[in-house]
Amino acid sequence: MKTNANTHIVVIGNGMVGYKFCEKLLARKKNDQEFMLTVFGEEPRVAYDRVHLSEYFAGKTADDLTMAGQEWYIENGIRLFLSDPVVDIDREEKLVRSHHGHVVHYDYLVMATGSGAFVPSIPGVEKDGVFVYRTIEDLELIQAYARKAKKGAVLGGGLLGLEAAKALLDLGLEEAHVVEFASRLMPRQIDDAGSKILQSQLESLGLNIHLAKSTQEIVGNDCIKGMQFVDNSFLDVDMLVISAGIRPRDELAKIAGLETHPRGGIVVDNGLKTSDPYIFAIGECALAHHMIYGLIAPGYEMADVVANALTGVEKEFLPYDMSTKLKLIGTDVASFGDPFIEEPACKTIRYENKAKGIYKRINVSPDGKELLGGILVGDAEQYNMLLQTCKNKTILPPDSEDLILGSRGGEEAGLGVMSLPDDALICSCEAITKGMLCQEVGEKGNNSIDLLKKSCKAGTGCGGCVPLVKDIIQGVMKQNGQYIKTVICEHFDHSRQELLDLVKMNILKTYGEVLNEYGHGDGCEVCKPVVASLLASLWNENVLTKDRAPIQDSNDRYLANIQKGGTYSVVPRIPGGEITPDKLIVIGQVAKKYGLYTKITGGQRIDLFGAHLNDLPIIWEELIDAGFESGHAYGKALRTVKSCVGSTWCRFGVQDSVSFAIEIEDRYKGIRAPHKFKSAVSGCVRECAEAQSKDFGIIATEKGWNLYVCGNGGSKPQHAQLLASDVDKETCVKLIDRFLMFYIKTADPLTRTATWLNKMEGGLSYLKAVIVDDLLGLASAFEEEMQTLINNYKCEWKEVVDSPELRKRYNHFVNVPEKDPTITFEEMRTQKRAKEWV
Amino acid sequence: MEPTQNTKDRITWHLACNVNDIPEDGGGTALIEGKQIAIFNFTRRGEWYATDNECPHRQQMAIGRGMIGSQGEEPKVACPFHKKTFSLKSGDCLNDEGYKINTFPIIIKENQVYIGL
Repeated sequence: MKTNANTHIVVIGNGMVGYKFCEKLLARKKNDQEFMLTVFGEEPRVAYDRVHLSEYFAGKTADDLTMAGQEWYIENGIRLFLSDPVVDIDREEKLVRSHHGHVVHYDYLVMATGSGAFVPSIPGVEKDGVFVYRTIEDLELIQAYARKAKKGAVLGGGLLGLEAAKALLDLGLEEAHVVEFASRLMPRQIDDAGSKILQSQLESLGLNIHLAKSTQEIVGNDCIKGMQFVDNSFLDVDMLVISAGIRPRDELAKIAGLETHPRGGIVVDNGLKTSDPYIFAIGECALAHHMIYGLIAPGYEMADVVANALTGVEKEFLPYDMSTKLKLIGTDVASFGDPFIEEPACKTIRYENKAKGIYKRINVSPDGKELLGGILVGDAEQYNMLLQTCKNKTILPPDSEDLILGSRGGEEAGLGVMSLPDDALICSCEAITKGMLCQEVGEKGNNSIDLLKKSCKAGTGCGGCVPLVKDIIQGVMKQNGQYIKTVICEHFDHSRQELLDLVKMNILKTYGEVLNEYGHGDGCEVCKPVVASLLASLWNENVLTKDRAPIQDSNDRYLANIQKGGTYSVVPRIPGGEITPDKLIVIGQVAKKYGLYTKITGGQRIDLFGAHLNDLPIIWEELIDAGFESGHAYGKALRTVKSCVGSTWCRFGVQDSVSFAIEIEDRYKGIRAPHKFKSAVSGCVRECAEAQSKDFGIIATEKGWNLYVCGNGGSKPQHAQLLASDVDKETCVKLIDRFLMFYIKTADPLTRTATWLNKMEGGLSYLKAVIVDDLLGLASAFEEEMQTLINNYKCEWKEVVDSPELRKRYNHFVNVPEKDPTITFEEMRTQKRAKEWV
Repeated sequence: MEPTQNTKDRITWHLACNVNDIPEDGGGTALIEGKQIAIFNFTRRGEWYATDNECPHRQQMAIGRGMIGSQGEEPKVACPFHKKTFSLKSGDCLNDEGYKINTFPIIIKENQVYIGL
């Protein structure tokens, strides 16, 4: 197919696949090829990432989800009509007519009309409070209605249904239900056993799951009041989201007389041509190989096939692998190859751990040589490797159960990524093979994820292949004999640990000295905070003195946390969460005087938001006068030592947890580390302080204290692990000294203790050997170093308040005393909030 | 160049501040003709730069509080909010092609910093 300057390509539909088609077509365009491109979209927005739609409720904005802004279309000369669906195609004259009456001629037409929600014909689906889950507009409607609703249900327990259920949880409904017609969740992806594990995981998060339920009627007058099922049971809900599958948008194709399938979908051949050779169909509206491909990767592949065809390259759309991996409400679910094949056509290996919520199944060929497919629930870390092994028909090791269980003989299990053939597809969204990546890394030197994203777009789609791409980078570099270490950035060819040793041995105290001695170039926003952190960890001098203020990261730079709109928040230290009424009053007075929004933090402190940069020194002056100190909420340092009330009041408490928490917080306050660290002390095994979710946590026992380390809350929660039990206070403190110093000296930048331990060779047993058994003979050095840091502690805010030189930097403008005039607030629940950013 | 009306370039030079008002290898913000201008004292390179103070990513007045550095030979500044980095020479965003900030001519005369608007 040849195009010329007058060739006009019209795309109907501005969804992810329609957008991808434009992107791929432009990328493939050669100098001598020209064409005009016109896009019609039904929705009022430019194409956005529908795959991550549920993140809209978790805080992402419509902007965050946009694939490319309107300016991208303008820059590339694409005419874009939004809110303007095509309503008619005249195939004789090759014209399309839009809803607003635009008539456009085409030489080639690409239909990317996508799909809509499938709504089953249940009586009552038209009632208020019944929604579908497909577009940002749907989400806005759901969000608005959910404000007055208490109990919500989702009809459909498939992939989309569970995404919608997550949305209901995010919206904070009191009850959230999932109703599925089949006898298991995600019936297309996982088996009964996998479904049971997934169900118990979801139930533990507060979802109510109803399986094998056939809905007879949606009950209510104008608004939904509940769901009546065929088995006579009834579910009392006041809103319902229908997510029972998709229906290809083929109505326009039907009007135009194109061949469509009775069950929906525009029929296309292997080149994705419809029954009219000048019209293509791609994405979820197209029926290729007798099926609708309802995933993003095959949609992108279709876009690529047609972009190829229109630039003169023949390419076929081959039956596409429908393997999927996703995170559903915090639980990994994956299926690949043929997940359901049964014996005797295969040998099935199953692993189930109900306590941990993990289910794994692999189907191996009867001769044990090939992987045919499988299912992973709860832990899908091996998904990429298994998928590749399956797709490439790699010969399996003799003990194929090692693939999912890990080898129990010491050696690393499974097959390394470098054993894959060169044509193994690694990034399926952008169709990039292992061979292509090896070439990019080995020959062109694109040896980081960022460089590869730029050079070949690997990992820019769903992002699922990124861990595998990292492994390939490391593999290729290893093969080429390159020494792999994690250097800080382009300015330092050292790891953080190496640089720390060098700075310590040579007693360097400023960034300039460190850069002159061991770096090159002028530094950047990566290495400056790293060096700032090690200088602080080594010498514990004020972070703003000498040349150190401009090398601090955003928050450390002004000893406060920068917030939306450019104001700062202030967190005074409240050790152990214990505070006197007088101090509480002072916080209230200061907040009132400077117009601050106040909120209790997760760490038993009080956060004061909305402070102007100019006001920070005077706010702190007043707080310090009342006996407060910096809480270091802005630093990669000890945040808070949370405590339960313990034996002084609690009838169950066995030790005085508050006193110990205050002691610990005072001991380690202000000490900088590779990342922030948190702690807690519980007064008994009931663990009300949640010490096991902290970087180090202490739990009282009848005989003393148990010390746990390397726990984490946040996005990747991890329980802390027991380092020592029934130790006395002095021993406990010594162990923490050693633990923290070992962490400070060896962790990579911005690595929390949990990740540090996960990466540590030898894991917890090695950590124990170093900290408790003093394997390296460094224990007393660690204790001494910690004591030096503690002795050097000064409240850095007091130093700023007392220094006119440092105070001077707290002006928004250098030439006038005014505060930033662009800062505005909005009112909310009688307090204020930052203005939403545009 | 004289800090006065320059008819050829149609630039008006404005006194912004004293050189000591901007920390070495750091930045600050000046209010000039109602406009917020970020000023950088790149001592290490012996260079001064002036740009918009507003980061176009989220329209935050914060570039002047950003960290400066280099990418290859290119001098750059990172916005403290989301670390979008901009060339101090061209104003182009170096890690997200969609954005750009304005840069302004800057001269130092008798320890005073002048910005051309």
